[in-house]
Formats: sequence, structure tokens, C-alpha cells
Amino acid sequence: MIKTISAAVLTAGLPLESAKTDEHAAIAATTPSIGAAAPPTTYLFFNPEEAAFIEAAVARLIPADDQWPGALEAAVPNYMDKQLAGAWGAGQRLYRSGPWQQGTPSQGYQLPFTPAELFHTALAAINKELAQASTPFAKMSADQQDAYLRSLEAGGKNLGGVPSDEFFAALWAFTVEGFFSDPVYGGNRDMVGWRMIGFPGAYASYYDLVDQHGIKIDRPPMSLAEDAHGHMHADPGIPAYLPPPKQ
Amino acid sequence: MATRLKPVDVVTIGVGLTGSLAALELVETGLKVVGLERGAGRDTVPDFQSPAIHDELRFSIRKANMQDNAKVAVTFRNNANQTALPIRRWESFLPGQGLGGAFVHWNGQSFRAQVADFIYKTHIEQRYGKKFLDACGPELTIQDWDVTYDELEPHYDRFECLLGVSGKAGNIKGQIRPGGNPFEAPRSREYPNPPMKEPYFGAIFRKGAESLGYHPYPQPSANLSRPYTNPLGLQLQACVFCGFCERYACEHYAKASPQTTILPVLLKNPNYELRTNCEVLRINLDNTRTKATGVTYVDAAGQEYEQPAELVLITAFPLNNVRTLLLSGIGKPYDPTTGEGVVGRNYTYQTTGGPTVFMDESININPFMASGANGTMIDDFGGDNFDHANLGFIGGQYVGAIMTNGRPIEFHPTPPGIPKWGLEWKRAVARHYNHTILIQQHGTSVASRLNYLDLDPTYKDAWGQPLLRMTFDFPDNDIRMSQYIADKVVEIGRAMGGKIIERGGTKRPYTTTVYQSTHNAGGAIMGTDPTTSVINRYLQCWDVPNVFSLGASAFPQNITYNYSVTIGALTYWALDSIKNKYLKSPGPLVHA
Repeated sequence: MIKTISAAVLTAGLPLESAKTDEHAAIAATTPSIGAAAPPTTYLFFNPEEAAFIEAAVARLIPADDQWPGALEAAVPNYMDKQLAGAWGAGQRLYRSGPWQQGTPSQGYQLPFTPAELFHTALAAINKELAQASTPFAKMSADQQDAYLRSLEAGGKNLGGVPSDEFFAALWAFTVEGFFSDPVYGGNRDMVGWRMIGFPGAYASYYDLVDQHGIKIDRPPMSLAEDAHGHMHADPGIPAYLPPPKQ
Repeated sequence: MATRLKPVDVVTIGVGLTGSLAALELVETGLKVVGLERGAGRDTVPDFQSPAIHDELRFSIRKANMQDNAKVAVTFRNNANQTALPIRRWESFLPGQGLGGAFVHWNGQSFRAQVADFIYKTHIEQRYGKKFLDACGPELTIQDWDVTYDELEPHYDRFECLLGVSGKAGNIKGQIRPGGNPFEAPRSREYPNPPMKEPYFGAIFRKGAESLGYHPYPQPSANLSRPYTNPLGLQLQACVFCGFCERYACEHYAKASPQTTILPVLLKNPNYELRTNCEVLRINLDNTRTKATGVTYVDAAGQEYEQPAELVLITAFPLNNVRTLLLSGIGKPYDPTTGEGVVGRNYTYQTTGGPTVFMDESININPFMASGANGTMIDDFGGDNFDHANLGFIGGQYVGAIMTNGRPIEFHPTPPGIPKWGLEWKRAVARHYNHTILIQQHGTSVASRLNYLDLDPTYKDAWGQPLLRMTFDFPDNDIRMSQYIADKVVEIGRAMGGKIIERGGTKRPYTTTVYQSTHNAGGAIMGTDPTTSVINRYLQCWDVPNVFSLGASAFPQNITYNYSVTIGALTYWALDSIKNKYLKSPGPLVHA
């Protein structure tokens, strides 16, 4: 059912414009149910250089293989872009008063950066460093990309004031969220993350199934955005946070 | 300047479990009660409805039902030699916000504490001798509650009936019943409803635990097993195992919460007035500082009000109860260097974290078919249910397969040794998602003179008031206890047929970055002696007798279990004394 597509095709290091085209084609090939209708990402937050890094990086963090599409095909960069452009990126629910000082690991995040500031700052530093070395991340081989991501993860680099392990942790958290959150937020395209593991999504009741031990559930997953007719109303521009309920 | 409002009889600071329960008791006596809630109003319809309620990102990850820590955070350090820094995002524990409080987003795990828990110090000394406790840790400051299980039993019973708790009694009036928990404290009667259906993970755990001679039983649940009408005439429905319980409100009227079991009656009572989006700044005292005159609060528009009241009930989340006392200057703050003072003393947490059991690919667990409290568990290692004489620690944990969901951002287990990202990670997630069982270890955390709460000297909230400062690490006693039980639980995992078992157990240092438990306890504890407790056995402040502090901040140390039902029982116990003793003759109910 799902055509084979090698990770190398997805990480071949294309400039942004052609990467978009390639991403579009790759999705059409790997997720037949949404086919050619899948829209290219319209970036609201990332500039073209940032988007090129993000697209190439998430394709290594959760790569496509012969079984399932990866984070790039699941539109994780689009999810990340909309989160960072919205309230969460601006520091929603983040206590933001100083004084600022480095804490112990058990004290958690202590940087003054909002998520949006953290990404812009770290990505600018990464792209500057790699441009000086004449090897943009998106042009590296898959092995080189993995090695570079591991170097960020290890935490040795200072990315304009952002420790690279903090940036990597944020990048990875957003990648997992974008792969597994409801498609209404602009990632998990065609619910590929859910199909891969067999999570059925937002069904409201398992009362009659819960004591049928060990059964295999093979219903297609269901999104919050799906109406009673199975039509999807996902809006890639949805804000990162739904307004609070009316009183 | 604060606008002075018309006096009322009673004010509650917070409208969650304790605030709504206490208010209902008092409006029925004819008193005028105002409930001040920091968060917004909300109800099952229209606010908790499908599909929007089934949104993992919004509720589990972004924590939409939790206290907005952009406005009020808590600062934290592991020990008094460190500088406390703000918990800038909640992870380890999740105080609720909004009408109904944390009792909206709870899981419904509905236990009673045990007989020994209420006389903990006496019990340990009697069973193991006075030197034993010192050997477990000279820093430990456990003490008795000054209320006994027998005194609380009628209140437990009443509260369970309010909720419609679904379970199987293991001990009715001392007679052990098959199918229930044989270690359970004696109940006066059976649970109001039968236990929930047992999911597959529970059935596998049951078989494994039984083969080792343990005593599995169905977890008591406030997610109901069948439709139920509570004593207030409010109707609840059967839980449908949607898998969105903890951190979520229930759309189905199937989880007991203030919205389903208390508020519809309370809000109709003409003696009650609810005011939402109101942040209480302090309790006001008269010039003797032994009598509260009311509270000062700020509404959503920033207007400040003084609400005079005859009786003030502190009914917030435990951490916020302690902070309210400190901000109001009620009770002497605890000083760890001298051991003197009481407010903030004996802050305790809970030990959690069990093994992950990776099963064969042929076994479909379907973890997404779950309620918040549909576990199968054993109490063989709970509290003092096993002999500690040669173990060098006190306390214990319950153990169970209590899987509340299969929501994939939170739940995508991979075995030890698998890379943290990349293709191998992805394939492992796909392989193990539906074939993995999480086992819970969940238990006591003992009080230590080193762990306490006070006001932070540096960091402020959105209203310019000091944040609460938490100084906490697990006592070594708790680590020894948890690690001892972790070995036993690995054996259960093997008996369940686990192919790979990732061992559990609590480690130091305590970290705020990983979810563990929202059962923060102590800091404004009850007791017999005003030099070692903030409130007396009726939860009345020793220093200001027209202030009562309700909730788990009263626990002298934390128990094995999830604590909501014990909070409910304690609230009924306190209100019984307020109604039948205090209101007839306002003043101290206990003379120290």
C-alpha cells in the first residue's frame, strides 16, 4: 500500500524552493489517501534558511522508511511553524520574571528566551556557523546530519546564548508533538503518526471493547477536525492555543 | 483603595473539592457563603464537550486546566544551600485552576488511608521500637494526625457515596472479603457501586501477581461503573473508557467532580455566591492578630475588594493553602535551622515510578481504552502491610497496572538501549506502542526537618506578592523503600510474561522536570501540639480560631495512596465540628 521511499531522497540537501516541491511529491507518494491535495507549507514564523534547517533536521529525527512516512512528510515543520508563530511561541504559561540564573538540572528551564526567541536565536547561530563552513545543514549527507544533530544534543555548543542541548530538547519535543498531536494543529498529516502505532484518535467510547482482551483495533483513526461525514476541516493556520471556553 | 463589600458569614478561598464541599455544608445551615475562585467558571456543558476535550496537546502538554504559572509559580531548590529558582513550567506536579479545581482533572483514584496512617509515629514505635525510627533517618519528623481512622470512617463512607465510588470491599467490619483488598481498613459497608471492567493490562497483572502469592484487587474508582444518583439527587453516568481522564475534564458525567456531584446543588442555593476570576491576596486580621476580619482580593479587571466575613475557610490546593497562611501572617513560619515554627513544616510529596514491561508483539494491550482509575493492583507492599523490622526503612507503595491512556505524545515507550531519536527509535515506537504495560509504584513520602515551604525572598507573582518557595528532596528512607519494592515489582513483570523489563523506583535528586504526582501534602499540618502543628484535629488554626485550613496541607506526612478521598473525609469531619460545635460557640475547639 505504501510505496518505498528512501531516507536519502528526503535528505538529499535541496535548497528550500526545490525542497518544498520534493516534499510535496514525497507526500503524494507515501500517503495515498491525501494524495496530491496536500498543500505546501506556508511559513509564518521560519525564514527560508531556518525552514531549510528544520525540514532537513526533522527528516533525520523521525526519518521516513519503507513502512511509514517520517516527520517531514507528516508536516511537522508546519506544526512547529504555527506553534512558534502563536501564543506558545510567545511564552504562554511560561513564568518570565527574572532574575535569571543557571539552575541545577532538577530546577528545569531557566533561560529568558521564549520558544520563539530560542528558535530564532539558535537557528541564526547554526546557520551562520554552517554557512561559514560552506556546508549548510540541508546539504550534508544523512550521516553528517546525524552527527551534527548529536553534537547539538551533547550540549557543547553555545548558539547565541542558547545552550545547544536546550535547543535540541526543544526541537525534539516539538517534533514528537508535531508527529503525534491532532492534525488540527497542522502536523501529523493524514494521521500518519497515529496509523503507525495504531492510536485511534478521538473516539469517545470503548465501553463495549475494553473487556474484549487483546482484540486488534483496525478502525481508521479519527481527528478532532473530522465531522460526522468523515470530512476533515484541518486548518494549517490554526492558532497554537484554542480560546478558553465561554463562561 | 480596596472597595469594602457587605459582610458575609463565610468566605472560601478556592472553589474546588474542599471549597465546594464545605460551602454546601454551611449554606444548608442558613449561613451566607461566598466562594472566591482564582480561575474561570466552567461546566460539563458546554465547556467539557467532545471533540475539543479530546485534545492531548492542549490539555496534557500545554496544560490548559492547570494554574497559570505565568502569573503564579512556585520556586524550588533541592536543599537550603541552593538558590531557589522558579518552576517556569509545571511538570512534576500540576495544580489545577478554574471552578472545581484539581478535582476536575483528577483521575478518580479513590482510596481510603489505613488505620496505621493516622497514628503513624505511635504505630511505628509500638511495632518496631523507638530506636528503629532514628535508624531510618534522624532527620525524619513523622507524627500522628490526632484524628483516628474510626473517627473518619463515617465521613469516608459519606464522601464515597457522594462520589459513587466503584470498587470491591476487601474488609467489611473486620471480615475479609474475597475479591477486594485484604489490607484495606475496615469499612462499614460495600462500595456504592461495583468495580469497573478490567482491561487487558489489568488481567495480565492479576495473573502475574497471583502466581507470586500477592492479592490483586480492582482499584476503587470515581469513574463510575454504572449510572448512579448520588445523595444530593445528582445523576452520573457509566464511564466509557475514552482514555482522556487525567489532566482532562469528563464530557460524559462519568467522573465525580464538583461539577457532577456538588455544584449543581450548591449554585442553586440562595445562600451561596460564586465569584470567579478573583485572586485572594491575604486574609485580614484584627489588631490582636487572633481574629480574621475577612479577605482582600482582586478581580479580573484589577479592582481590589475587601470582603468581611465571620469565618474564613482556606480551601485551595495544598501549596496555595500554605502560601495564603504565610502571606496573611497566620502561624509562625517554620525555620529549619532551629526547628521552630510550624507553617511550611512537614511538606511531603509522594514516591512514584514503576517499571515498564515490554510484552510479546502478539499481545495487544490497546492502552487507549482506559479510564483514569481502572487499574488492577496489590497492597502487599503498601504502608506498613509488610514487616519492616530488618529493612531499615518505613513506608510502602501500592503496585498496580494502572494505565490511564494511550495518548501518544506522552506514551510511546521504547526499551532500554534504543536511541532517543532516528529510524531505530521510530521502529521501536511502532513495535512497542500497543504491546507495553506500565506498572505503577505509588506510595509514602515521610516528613523530614530538611523539607519545607516558605516565601521566596526574590520572585513575585503577577500581583507583586512573593512566590512560595519549596525546599525538597526525597529522604534516603524513601529511596531505600522504593528501591526495595522496585525489585519485587520486576519479579511481577517477569511473571506477567514481560520480554524486557525496565526497572522502576525513585531516585535522588527529586526533579521538577518529570511528572510524578500532584499529591503535594503537608505544610499546614494538623496535630495535638501548637509547636508542631498549624491546625488542631478539626483543621482549625491554633492562632486564629475563625480560620480553618482544609485539604492535604493538613497531612502530617504523605500516605501510600492518591489522597482525594481522604481529603473529602477530612473536610466532612471538620465541617461536622464547625456545624455542631463551632457555630454554637465560636472559638477554639481544642485548648492546647
